[in-house]
Amino acid sequence: MSQDIKNDENLWEVPNAVPLIKVQGVTKRFGSFTAVDNVDLNIYKGELFSLLGGSGCGKTTLLRMLAGFETPTSGTITIDGVDMTDVPPYERPINMMFQSYALFPHMTVESNVAYGLKRDGVEKSEIARRVDEMLAMVELSSFMKRKPHQLSGGQRQRVALARALIKRPKVLLLDEPLGALDKRLRTQTQFELMNIQDKLGVTFVVVTHDQEEAMTLSTRIAVMDEGSFVQIGTPTEIYEFPETRYVAKFIGSANMFNGRVTQDGADHIEISVNDLDTKFYIDHGASVRLNAEIWIAVRPEKIIISKTPPEKPGPNQLKGTIHDIGYLGNMSTYRVEMSNGMIVDVTAPNQTRYRSAKHDLDWDDQVYLSWAPSSAVVLQK
Amino acid sequence: MGPLQRGGVTKMNTRVFSYINAWITKLQSRWQTIVIAIPFYWLLLFFLAPFAIVLKISLAESIIAIPPFTPLINFAEGGVLTIRILFDNFIFLMEDDFYVKTYLNSIKISGISTLLCLLLGYPMAYGIVRASPATKNILLMMVILPFWTSFLLRVYAWMGLLADRGTINNLLIWLGMIDEPIRMLYSEFAVYIGIVYSYVPFMILPLYANMEKLDTALHEAAADLGANPITTFLTVTLPLTIPGIIAGSLLVFIPAAGEFVIPDLLGGGNVLMIGRVLYNEFNSNHDWPVASAVAIVLLLVLVLPMMVYQYYQSRKTED
Repeated sequence: MSQDIKNDENLWEVPNAVPLIKVQGVTKRFGSFTAVDNVDLNIYKGELFSLLGGSGCGKTTLLRMLAGFETPTSGTITIDGVDMTDVPPYERPINMMFQSYALFPHMTVESNVAYGLKRDGVEKSEIARRVDEMLAMVELSSFMKRKPHQLSGGQRQRVALARALIKRPKVLLLDEPLGALDKRLRTQTQFELMNIQDKLGVTFVVVTHDQEEAMTLSTRIAVMDEGSFVQIGTPTEIYEFPETRYVAKFIGSANMFNGRVTQDGADHIEISVNDLDTKFYIDHGASVRLNAEIWIAVRPEKIIISKTPPEKPGPNQLKGTIHDIGYLGNMSTYRVEMSNGMIVDVTAPNQTRYRSAKHDLDWDDQVYLSWAPSSAVVLQK
Repeated sequence: MGPLQRGGVTKMNTRVFSYINAWITKLQSRWQTIVIAIPFYWLLLFFLAPFAIVLKISLAESIIAIPPFTPLINFAEGGVLTIRILFDNFIFLMEDDFYVKTYLNSIKISGISTLLCLLLGYPMAYGIVRASPATKNILLMMVILPFWTSFLLRVYAWMGLLADRGTINNLLIWLGMIDEPIRMLYSEFAVYIGIVYSYVPFMILPLYANMEKLDTALHEAAADLGANPITTFLTVTLPLTIPGIIAGSLLVFIPAAGEFVIPDLLGGGNVLMIGRVLYNEFNSNHDWPVASAVAIVLLLVLVLPMMVYQYYQSRKTED
């Protein structure tokens, strides 16, 4: 994970650390529609923070409020200790990379990148030096005199990045930074973005609907839904310990089971799953009540699929028939149908060549599924 | 699927497809010709041919006959073909400073009117683009609405408003702000009002079309990079609306320069514009050749700068 290499300690874990961006009780309404609903958020220096959610979840509105293009209906935004309520966008220590890039079509690459420095009245020689430096960083030095329409999508994206970074903002806002790029370029650019952020130490706030993008880039992710944060945490926390069914479904895929708590110990829980002749055993405590109806999630890659039955029957075991197989090359997805008709997704790496003896799983085969006691997660709602 | 079997099927298909393809391509290339041909012949018939006739008349001499000018080509007795081309009319126009003055005055009046239309129309277009969708439609409708009424009628209405005993003067006298009516009608002022009022929609509409295409994110990007609203306007909005400014200005300047009704009705005899001179030459003096020469010179005065501009513009885009 990038943050482990970069920071000796994660500021959000340090008690009394002063956040760079402090969002307090911010609400934004458009007429009767509430886009952002009373959110609180602290973002610390050097973070690469992602706001993740589907369309209309309020992530872009929140970003635009940070940039100053929208005014909160209520609540305050503080950046580096300064209340931003009455600060217009052109006086904020923030720059933004727009989803459409918003490059000035009548200006060359050079003029686009120099625009911000010119507005600050920086000396000409200094502007030229910094533009050169910035274009060298994004590897566009030879495209200086081109106009935006003469560039490819990836090149435009890098011009937009250079233009937004040249003023050395305290915070860089990125609105779907990789959305317009094709998949191959996207992966490459993701790592470039991370390197640049690492080198310059600028705090990045990224808005994205792409969970993969958020997972690779971020130090922390805030998952948004209907104007509120559903969960805020590191990519690992969000993936391995989703708190709600929404998060579990939105980040990766998950098999969700509805069950009743039959044992509630300090170090374990046992759940009897409705309709299925099995018990789930989870080797960590959770705040649940005995006999309460709860939801449990198991990630498809945590499940072991086999044609041979387990040595002895026990908890965390299921039996079913293969309903469908999705061959993805590096791995395969098996859709296994349980006795009650429920479908459980299992992914398994194709370590050997397909159709070799070991992985000879075929349609309608009867298979046994099992997982470790640590694999299942109890969801709050 | 053996290669032999596949080859056989494919060859057959390819032949059919290539035949259909060729047929479609042929039709498409013809369509292109048809689509271009209609406006081409339209302009040829209704613009270039009349223009040639006017040019021909301008090179003739005025006589008392029907038609009232000498023919260009004449078969003299004995089958001698004579072509008479006279540049007298053009020389006459250049030598008489009445015409030169009138041309310059027309250009001055239409130039200033264009500038006034721009100053008035630019903020209006900007306002319309920024309005909410519902308001936008109403505002656009209001820009277009005057065209529903006859142009002539609207100019007459201005006569009623501006006359010595007209609405405006009566109102001001009634309010006690003035004792004597202000002379407004039959002055250059009235001509400016008439031209700006009549032509401002032709400025607003191209500007609106231009501004509508601008991504609002560009303004936000400028603001984000530290440009206050005035700087944003000067460095982003204005340079990107130059095509709209040019289109609107041409649409106002060209017809305004040749305008006849407005200077005649609102300017009376006090405002000299070339449209009125042309009308007088044609209708009062019955001097068709001079009237044609006036029209040809007007065309050259208006079209030549435009062609030069377009030539440099196209060279610029080629770079």
